[in-house]
Amino acid sequence: MSLVTADNLSKAYAKGELKVEALKNLNFEIEPASFVSFVGPSGSGKTTLLNLIGCLDKPTSGVLTVDDTDVSGLNTRMAAAFRGRKIGFIFQDFNLIPVLTVYENVGYPLLMVRNTPSPERKRRILTLLEAVGMAEKKNKYPDQISGGQKQRVAVARALVTNPKLVLADEPTANLDHKTAYMVIDIMKKMKNELGTTFIFSTHDQKIVGEAEIIYPLEDGELTKGRG
Amino acid sequence: MLNIFKIAVRNLMRYKRRTLLTASLVAIGVVFVLVFISVSGSFKNMMIGQITDSFLGHIQIHKKGYVASIDSLPLTMNLGQKAFEKVEKAINEIPDIEAYSKRIKFGGMFSNFVETTNVRLNGVYPEDEVKTVPLFLSRVKEGGKDIKPGEILVPELLAKGMKVKVGDTVVVIATNKDGSVNGKQFQVGGILESVTGPGGRDGYIHIEDAMEILRMDTMEISEIAIRLRDFDELHSAFDRLRDKLSNELNKQGGPAFEVHTWEKLSPFYNIARMIDIMTFFVKLMLIAIVLISIMNVMVMAVYERIREIGTIAAIGTLPGKIVAMFLIEGFSLGFFGVVIGNILGVAVISVLSVAKLTFNFGRQKGLLLSPSINLQDILVISIIVITISVIASLQPAYKASRMNPIDALRHV
Ligand SMILES: Nc1ncnc2c1ncn2[C@@H]1O[C@H](COP(=O)(O)OP(=O)(O)O)[C@@H](O)[C@H]1O
Ligand SMILES: [Mg+2]
Repeated sequence: MSLVTADNLSKAYAKGELKVEALKNLNFEIEPASFVSFVGPSGSGKTTLLNLIGCLDKPTSGVLTVDDTDVSGLNTRMAAAFRGRKIGFIFQDFNLIPVLTVYENVGYPLLMVRNTPSPERKRRILTLLEAVGMAEKKNKYPDQISGGQKQRVAVARALVTNPKLVLADEPTANLDHKTAYMVIDIMKKMKNELGTTFIFSTHDQKIVGEAEIIYPLEDGELTKGRG
Repeated sequence: MLNIFKIAVRNLMRYKRRTLLTASLVAIGVVFVLVFISVSGSFKNMMIGQITDSFLGHIQIHKKGYVASIDSLPLTMNLGQKAFEKVEKAINEIPDIEAYSKRIKFGGMFSNFVETTNVRLNGVYPEDEVKTVPLFLSRVKEGGKDIKPGEILVPELLAKGMKVKVGDTVVVIATNKDGSVNGKQFQVGGILESVTGPGGRDGYIHIEDAMEILRMDTMEISEIAIRLRDFDELHSAFDRLRDKLSNELNKQGGPAFEVHTWEKLSPFYNIARMIDIMTFFVKLMLIAIVLISIMNVMVMAVYERIREIGTIAAIGTLPGKIVAMFLIEGFSLGFFGVVIGNILGVAVISVLSVAKLTFNFGRQKGLLLSPSINLQDILVISIIVITISVIASLQPAYKASRMNPIDALRHV
């Protein structure tokens, strides 16, 4: 059974009089525990697609199922709860909470989204911080660590609730090459260890090679799939 | 929960100066209100105390209609023996009553053998009167602190005008209710300080002397003044007394007695009311200050953190939690201001009470103002301010919770 299924998925934005078709009749299936990348130039629809899969937005037409749920039927609150249960997010700009330490940032979803009890929370946070190699910096605040380190913390935060799916929209766009590879490597390692599905987008052709499955996106259309 | 508080406090500390400024504003408002309440409250209590304890008593009972015609001190409206016994029975059934004093009030002529003028007199039992209005004796400026039979306490203005001194012999002449005139010699036992309010410029004699002048065979009482153990029980004691006496009817079938609290008897009650109204408006101003300053900060806090809100919403924080986060931030800010304000306010009040402020009230000079604040006032003010802080955060918090994560994340 696929984790994500898109069936004639379309998304159009009304830009005043103009209608922008950001995604046109996409069809794809993503299996559990896969490492998938949507690749395309700026404006090709990557963010739009990841927003749909991440239940942050709704398709204009077509069907999108995530973990057997037709996500277009979810209201705002249900969508938030669904994201909290099933999906981890990694952002291009890291988006750590500046008033929280590395440790607290990783713990945030457990505390504020999942209400995980304290001992278990502590165990999870430390495990994830070890895994991304940030345990030593756990008491630092985001403005005291580098971009690569921030993104590793963000990876730990996305994984701490043990979600089925992690979405990363251009996670390496703000990182230099070496750091970018390292972050992708950590994601891959976590996928292998935890069996989490990773879907990330990028316009960087060199990073693309790291993905196991690549969907090229151009002007809102999938040109060809490679598995 | 504790951790939402931690996040709120950290967020407040992010803009230390702004937080401090807003909390200071709230604190200054709280200080102002607390000082106002304590000073005006002590002024009010002092005034009420002066009025009730120096001549009025807390509650008075008369024959129905007496107060309306009190200017003429009608002897025909006194309470006879049987009527008084009913009143006494009612009084004895109410344990809140500490003491009561019977008074015969009448008007007459006062002569120093050279000049003659009008005088209003109270005949009282000195022990009962002192128990009922404990400040009474402090009004005696010269002479013995007592009302002995055969002696009269002369109000100071009358003494001055008639040039009488302690020890002088004077004559009081009065017409009794049957119309016959009688006179009696008195020795001036003391000069009595005036107080503001009706009856504050009356002379005093022993009740038996009053009976003698008025040729009463049995005692007829004009007024019964009552003192309560606890002034705060004024209205409950009044209600009980009135209920007990309302069943007593006169021959025409109307109520036989009337019961009044000091509030109905003294014009100062209106001043006391004014103070209460001013206090209310001062509180209202505090509410406005808190509402505007906290709302301002919270609107800014939400605006500055749009991307953060987008992030936490995207990773699944429920709208209710986001509302709670901002409400708790507003709560903490208000709480912070309240704590500072209470500490400063209590400090200022302590300084004021050590400074021994005095003021004059009518002809009474140098009354000592002792501002104090009770825990209940502090609690009420604190709860109001904190509640308003939370209310002021409602709109910004709601706005934050309703943000579309995509738009919020794109915000720069
Ligand atoms: N909120 C929006 N309103 C109107 N048009 C939009 C909006 N978001 C994206 N688009 C348009 O949709 C297309 C795809 O955008 P996007 O998904 O952001 O591409 P990418 O992430 O690959 O750069 C672009 O043409 C963009 O201008
Ligand atoms: Mg994009």
